Amino acid sequence: MSTAQYRSSDDTNVDTRLNGAAAAAILAAGIGCGALGVLAFSADASGAFGRLLNIYNPTGTLSGVSTGAIIVWLVAWLALHRLWRMRTIALGKINAAAFALLAVGFLLTFPPVMDLLQGR
Amino acid sequence: MEISTRDLVTVLHGMGFGALFMLAFSGALAELFRLSAMPVPAQSRSRPPTLLTVYLIGMVVLAWLAVLSGAYIVYPWYRAVPPAGITDLSDYPRRLLLSSGRTSEWHTIGMEWKENVAWLAPIAMTMVAYVMLRYRHTLAWSSKIRAGALGFAVAAFVATGIAGVFGAFLNKYAPVRGGSVIILMKGEQ
Repeated sequence: MSTAQYRSSDDTNVDTRLNGAAAAAILAAGIGCGALGVLAFSADASGAFGRLLNIYNPTGTLSGVSTGAIIVWLVAWLALHRLWRMRTIALGKINAAAFALLAVGFLLTFPPVMDLLQGR
Repeated sequence: MEISTRDLVTVLHGMGFGALFMLAFSGALAELFRLSAMPVPAQSRSRPPTLLTVYLIGMVVLAWLAVLSGAYIVYPWYRAVPPAGITDLSDYPRRLLLSSGRTSEWHTIGMEWKENVAWLAPIAMTMVAYVMLRYRHTLAWSSKIRAGALGFAVAAFVATGIAGVFGAFLNKYAPVRGGSVIILMKGEQ
């Protein structure tokens, strides 16, 4: 991906050539969605991991799955934003990766796919 | 005319937050296309328009309220475990659905997908709102940013739709009931 750097030079708070912040936000959202799917699938596949994710008993495993995904998303967003905010990134690849991770989120939360992957 | 507190909270979760969030999508998508077609004039670039900011932040708040109220208020009522020996499962929706092969898939597919997939919506919508507000004056010529935002906006809509449709059916077959009764209006008889 391109990492050409630009500094803001006009009167706006965002240089039109810089898209690093957008790239960070889009990829981090994809990472968060993918993490949700992976955590939901892992909790379903492993009883021990599911119990580990039960951080609020009335809500059960869902509490840890959703909290974990939110933490992964926000940490990824913060890290990528710091890394890319003053850069121009090849967004085509970022979008492709983010959409792939989003698809992982949809698929791994769908119970028939979970069962299929676990050989049930 | 009366309603139980659990019914009321469930309606607020589904209709107040979830459905309102879905209704707001048409406005957000229209605004996304408007920003894509018309570059914002230079003199108005310093701050995003108040209405757009309020609208998008409102959508983000609705999305988070829908999942948080669902997961931490309604879902614990749904998955409550009945005491041993109880035969009337009407206050225990999850157990009620699982008690019959004719309804069990509403839980094992419907609720188990809904409870997880719904969380994609606030994550996606928060990103979409951020990108639309920060890059509102570059969306017109940045097709890649536009595609990323649009893709995740559609994903948020689909995730909310899945959660909403299953929520409506689940509430039909095994409604979350109970709590104190609120009398809204008294009839003549």
